[in-house]
Amino acid sequence: MKSRSVFCCVLVFILSTLAVSQDLTSFEKRITVKKLDNGLTVIICERPEAPVFSFFTHVDAGSVQDPMGKTGLAHMFEHMAFKGTDKIGSRDYDGERAALAKVEEAYSAYIAERDKTVNRDETKLKQFEQAWKDAIADADKFSAPYTNEFGKIVESQGGEGMNAFTNHDETGYNYSFPTNRLELWAYLESERFIHPVMRQFYKERDVVIEERRMRTDSNPVGRLLEQFTTASFAAHPYHRPTVGWMWDLNSFSATDAQNFFDKYYVPSNMVVAVVGDLKASEAMPIVEKYFSRIPARPKPDEATTIEPPQRSERRVVLHEQAQPIYLEGYHRPDYHSPDDAVYDAITDLMSSGRTSRLYRALVRDKQIASDSAGFSGMPGNKYPHLFAFYAIPIPGHKPDEMAEAIHAEIERLKKEDISDAELKMIKTRAKANLIRSLGSNEGLAFNLGLFQARYEDWRELFHSVERIDKVTKADIRRVANKTFVADNRTVGIIEFAPPAGPPPGSVPAPQGGVQ
Amino acid sequence: MKRILSWMFAFAFLLAGSVQLLAQAATWEQVPIPALPAFHPPQPKRIVLPNGMVVFLQEDHELPLIDGVARIRGGGRSVPANKTGLSDIYGEVWRTGGTKTQTGDQLDDFLEQRAARVETGGGGDSTTISWSCLKDDLDDVFKVFVDLLQNPALRADKIVIAQKGLYDGISRRNDDPGGIASREATKLAYGANSAYAREPEYATVAAVTREDLVKWHQTYVHPNNIILGVVGDFDSAAMEARLRQAFSSWPKGAPTKDADVPMNPAKPGNYFVEKTDVNQSNIYLVGLGTTRKDPNYYAISVFNEAFGGGFSSRLFSDIRSTKGLAYAVGGGIGTSWDHPGMLRLIMSTKSQSTVESIHALDEELTDLAKKPITDDEIKRAKDSILNSFIFRFDSPGKVLQEKMAYEFYGYPLDFLEKYQAAIEKVTKEDVARVAAKYIHRDQMSVLVVGNSSEFDKPLSSLGTVNNIDITIPPPLPGIAGIGSDQP
Repeated sequence: MKSRSVFCCVLVFILSTLAVSQDLTSFEKRITVKKLDNGLTVIICERPEAPVFSFFTHVDAGSVQDPMGKTGLAHMFEHMAFKGTDKIGSRDYDGERAALAKVEEAYSAYIAERDKTVNRDETKLKQFEQAWKDAIADADKFSAPYTNEFGKIVESQGGEGMNAFTNHDETGYNYSFPTNRLELWAYLESERFIHPVMRQFYKERDVVIEERRMRTDSNPVGRLLEQFTTASFAAHPYHRPTVGWMWDLNSFSATDAQNFFDKYYVPSNMVVAVVGDLKASEAMPIVEKYFSRIPARPKPDEATTIEPPQRSERRVVLHEQAQPIYLEGYHRPDYHSPDDAVYDAITDLMSSGRTSRLYRALVRDKQIASDSAGFSGMPGNKYPHLFAFYAIPIPGHKPDEMAEAIHAEIERLKKEDISDAELKMIKTRAKANLIRSLGSNEGLAFNLGLFQARYEDWRELFHSVERIDKVTKADIRRVANKTFVADNRTVGIIEFAPPAGPPPGSVPAPQGGVQ
Repeated sequence: MKRILSWMFAFAFLLAGSVQLLAQAATWEQVPIPALPAFHPPQPKRIVLPNGMVVFLQEDHELPLIDGVARIRGGGRSVPANKTGLSDIYGEVWRTGGTKTQTGDQLDDFLEQRAARVETGGGGDSTTISWSCLKDDLDDVFKVFVDLLQNPALRADKIVIAQKGLYDGISRRNDDPGGIASREATKLAYGANSAYAREPEYATVAAVTREDLVKWHQTYVHPNNIILGVVGDFDSAAMEARLRQAFSSWPKGAPTKDADVPMNPAKPGNYFVEKTDVNQSNIYLVGLGTTRKDPNYYAISVFNEAFGGGFSSRLFSDIRSTKGLAYAVGGGIGTSWDHPGMLRLIMSTKSQSTVESIHALDEELTDLAKKPITDDEIKRAKDSILNSFIFRFDSPGKVLQEKMAYEFYGYPLDFLEKYQAAIEKVTKEDVARVAAKYIHRDQMSVLVVGNSSEFDKPLSSLGTVNNIDITIPPPLPGIAGIGSDQP
């Protein structure tokens, strides 16, 4: 009986490995990678399902690279990459360039006065501020009729899903086009990273500040995540919010954003992945023709500190006009760690679906939470980061109960081997998830670009599943015992606190209203 | 004639392209744009079973997956007001409550071992049950799907869990200002008691019984109430045989009548929700829109794109890029399938520019008459819709979804094909006409959710302000939030 089940397992293993390697073989035939002379990597994946394609430009710089005192700069530049170029978005670029230089001069005079700790002259400060605003008004005359010209071109040409993101680890840009716009895309996307123009910078900075208010300042969960992440990292820049601190947002300049671009938007730091109904033999020369124009520059030094071991538990408790939330995180190594796949297996076991241990314990059996899960990648995963757990208590239950219930599940993980059925489930799901991720141009472009950038080999997308396949029960216990210890933990909690009385001058809330 | 001309243009571009093969364009206008190759997306096969079940089969052999979804007439808007939340509970317990022969937990184990999913859900006008599996697991997973479709057990222990989840949602609904604004704006547009706006409350959730769920299933889940779509790596003839075998003996049910949903928009005016823990105001200007059956739908689509759509739109360019007042801004005349959508302008801005921003939105509306959408804006909006049109049907799954929606709402199955031609015909006059027809500032309500102590000016500078009390009606003793007490 035993030998038969072992045989079955071996058979399942062979079959499933076969499935993944079949996928890999199929993609080998359809993927072409080329490193251009300037160092930029291009991946083209042929997926002839419909005459459309998606791309993803991956830049290996995120908010971890923000200079000290200028947090939010990586994200700010991402916004500026939609503001056009010397040829797109200006009535007269030479005139505009001169006017923008004056804006920077005026701004730097204003900031120098603003930040004086002694002998600040308020009259002068007002004058400097006005001079800066006047200079902006002058510069805007060149671009005002062409506001958002770059986006207008992309949209009117049929661009779909134009967007970008910045996180701690990297910055990405994406949209989709019909295939007859491949060359137009190659022109626009390369042009954007050859000569971006920092026009309307300070208005866009206001937009970003509104983004901060929306995501963080005016949202209790946003406030919790910021305080929690800040507390979790003492040394590593992961402690800083990607969107930036308010003071920094009100301080950095267009010159700072340009400098960030010059340093980090270097071809050798970029991967462009294109997926769709294209033939690499025809598409690669077009992509190369345009992207080769980006001048080669030295790869930036992105070395950063390694977070030292945490020696005692840290706690952040926010008293909010909001219902309670419980969150905790444990330091773990970066994605290159040989245990990376073990953490993935733990994530799946604890969090995936109604068979997951946290759902079954906290939601189904104890009935104390509406949701609970555990996962890696907080706030990023390029550097050593956190494996985090959270639980959302249902009315009448407290964060402490969440902690207790999560810790009980962690102890089980440390002390008992997971079952054969669970291990098999994790591995089957990893393969199925991979297959499900292969059916869209957008998803493929994102993943191929990311894995190429992270491992210098897109095949790692497939190999990562094979690594999960090799995870053992002993691995899971070992990694759980190593990682989930109290001294290595940071806790973040929202406790409900009723609002204070209405502030003076506000409209009192009457009974009734429209309801 | 027009077609020949555009073909000739395309040909000219092609030639230009080949001449310049190695030349680089200096400006974007110089980049050649060849004609897009003809594309005829695969159309699903439509079958009506003798018992009235409508089936769409869409083969897609790219990946070894098979997905199916059954959409069943009857949803939240048919639920009596004193049981609001019933369709949400049903949508969850239909799955978690298992079948007559297997508990939901047993189904979880069975499906997860195959990385497969069978899920159910409740919506406003329908409920759904779907599956997703690797094709080799179809026999196993389809069996679960059919069993759950026909023989759900709706076990009581899972009803308790679903109710607790809803209580949790109710308790948290005033935590996020964006959520408050969206909810209250919907109430202003449709009326607080409208089935399109009302929210589950502790009392209405507690009032839902197992008998209600059983009765719901008996009333609505009949083959003649179901549209089933299947997409994936299968052979249509074999799938058809499988479905006929599974469902042909299922008898027709009594026809159901969809709810008649009254709409009582709030009296136009200024409405305010105080939120003292924020530094940003959520602002809505709201009214009622129309449906997609409206012959003006095409002109409205062009208007929406030009006025409040993407990067190119007026709202984005003026409010966000030029004035720097908002990160999130947008709006337009809403169109739903079978009832009026919401007309809305939405933005969030720092407390200190709240009133300024309302004036800025007002100005955008007045400008529609003074500076109507221009030829340039119309061209860009139409180009944007037409050039990206292919993304509406660039995968077999998307084509299937479109067709299922047309079937469900009684639209012609070639609605999408006609849409393209109709957009091309929209004129500047059409756009100005629909803007004038649907947007009446004096019939709209302004909603602000924010921290009044920080506002640039009191809201009362806009006129009378109606304060909205969002206090959550507390649960009856022993119902929610009282530990292990059960309803």
